[in-house]
Amino acid sequence: MSIRERLSGNEAVATAMKQINPDVVAAFPITPSTEIPQYFSTFVANGSVDTEFVAVESEHSAMSACIGAQAAGARAMTATSANGLSLMWEMIYIASSLRLPIVLNLVNRAVSGPLNIHNDHSDAMGVRDSGWIMLFSENNQEAYDNTLMAHRIAENKDVQLPLMVCQDGFITSHAIENIELEEDSEVKNFVGEYKPEHYLLNRKEPIAVGPLDLQGYLFEHKAQQAEAMKKAKQVILDVAKDFEKWTGRHYGLFEEYKLDDSEIAIVCMNSTAGTAKFVVDKLREKGVKAGLLKIRVYRPFPGEEVAEALKNQKAIAVLDKSDSLNAIGGALFEDVVSSMYVNEENVPMCNYIYGIGGRDTTAEDIESVYEDLQKIAKTGKVEDPYRYLGLRREAK
Amino acid sequence: MTEINSKTPMEKLTIGGNIYEAGNAKEFKTGDWRSARPVFIEEKCKQCGLCYPVCPDNAIPVEKETLKRKDFNFDYCKGCGVCSKVCPFGAIVMKEEGEE
Repeated sequence: MSIRERLSGNEAVATAMKQINPDVVAAFPITPSTEIPQYFSTFVANGSVDTEFVAVESEHSAMSACIGAQAAGARAMTATSANGLSLMWEMIYIASSLRLPIVLNLVNRAVSGPLNIHNDHSDAMGVRDSGWIMLFSENNQEAYDNTLMAHRIAENKDVQLPLMVCQDGFITSHAIENIELEEDSEVKNFVGEYKPEHYLLNRKEPIAVGPLDLQGYLFEHKAQQAEAMKKAKQVILDVAKDFEKWTGRHYGLFEEYKLDDSEIAIVCMNSTAGTAKFVVDKLREKGVKAGLLKIRVYRPFPGEEVAEALKNQKAIAVLDKSDSLNAIGGALFEDVVSSMYVNEENVPMCNYIYGIGGRDTTAEDIESVYEDLQKIAKTGKVEDPYRYLGLRREAK
Repeated sequence: MTEINSKTPMEKLTIGGNIYEAGNAKEFKTGDWRSARPVFIEEKCKQCGLCYPVCPDNAIPVEKETLKRKDFNFDYCKGCGVCSKVCPFGAIVMKEEGEE
């Protein structure tokens, strides 16, 4: 039986971590994720978990300690944001290439500078090609649920990749909302024990982890990572199926909101999906056939499935909460566009960079995107696909 | 563990290049290139035993029964010169690679 509670996104994640009771948590505080290790350290102090909490001196050390712990055979978790993740960057690649299923909660925030501590997705986009599984969460409930499913996915024999659960800094991390929690014993049962096949503390099998990997080998090891990432897609769906049987809450690779009969659609991630659903409902009342596709699994990117779900639209807008500063468009836009192209689905598409540095994105902003889409749907033409939403500009 | 070499297909490689076995450093030949090499002058050697413990790899073989050192095994010699520095008798001379 689920327990009704009201928690912030950070509290929800810390609660999930308490229920998972990992062997090691190594973390360094950084806004807006600070509360996660802060709450967790109180659980350690109260004796409600028997985790070894390592108060490290930097995020580089936090990830290094997690790598050491996980390689030793322990289950390791951490949390960070923005520049904290930037400082981890070197070790982020080590974690995935050593195939260590570490779980990280990333509370999305703008990577400075100029100095900003508010929400956008530039931190996550900076590690999108690092070989980590990336799950995005619309609200506290999804952040909690994704964290509960994380270890089962990451530790699966066919996967063995680290995983990060993302949620929007402040917008969901600090907003208190209703949530359904699961019983401690049931969580323990669902997550199960970590039983690695090979680990450093196994005295019956002395092993070497992370040896020199030159021209003759690195290529193949990277291809193994890519292969594991492809296989992760099915594992994520299998775990979601078990999760639904247990909690009744359904998860897929993405969420389709009124997409089955829609003509114009927005693609976005995290909390903006909540605002977009509100706008879709409002437009539906006016007879506008608007829909939404909310990406949950960003890595591996479900290209084929996304193309299938979007193929009947007359116009699509992809919303990126991070500008790739590449003169062509945001990262999510590129992923969706190439998914459509290789699957031979030709729908007019455009990109909106929005919400940078915590800029508020209102229902009116989202509505203006649907208005643009209605125009595109009529003409079938997109003149300027790389756009901004909510940016101040001089009137032309 | 099965033999892995540069012809092994990716499906047969261990993940992350992990090695599930101990004591295999000797399989990695460090001496495939060097800029300087030690030359062993046997007549000057007193078999004092100072050189081989300082070799960072496995370049100075020692006979098990007599505990006498033999000539260098260049498969494991990077030419670092530490052995030449510790030799009190001038029995190890460093020469530039290519020099007679």
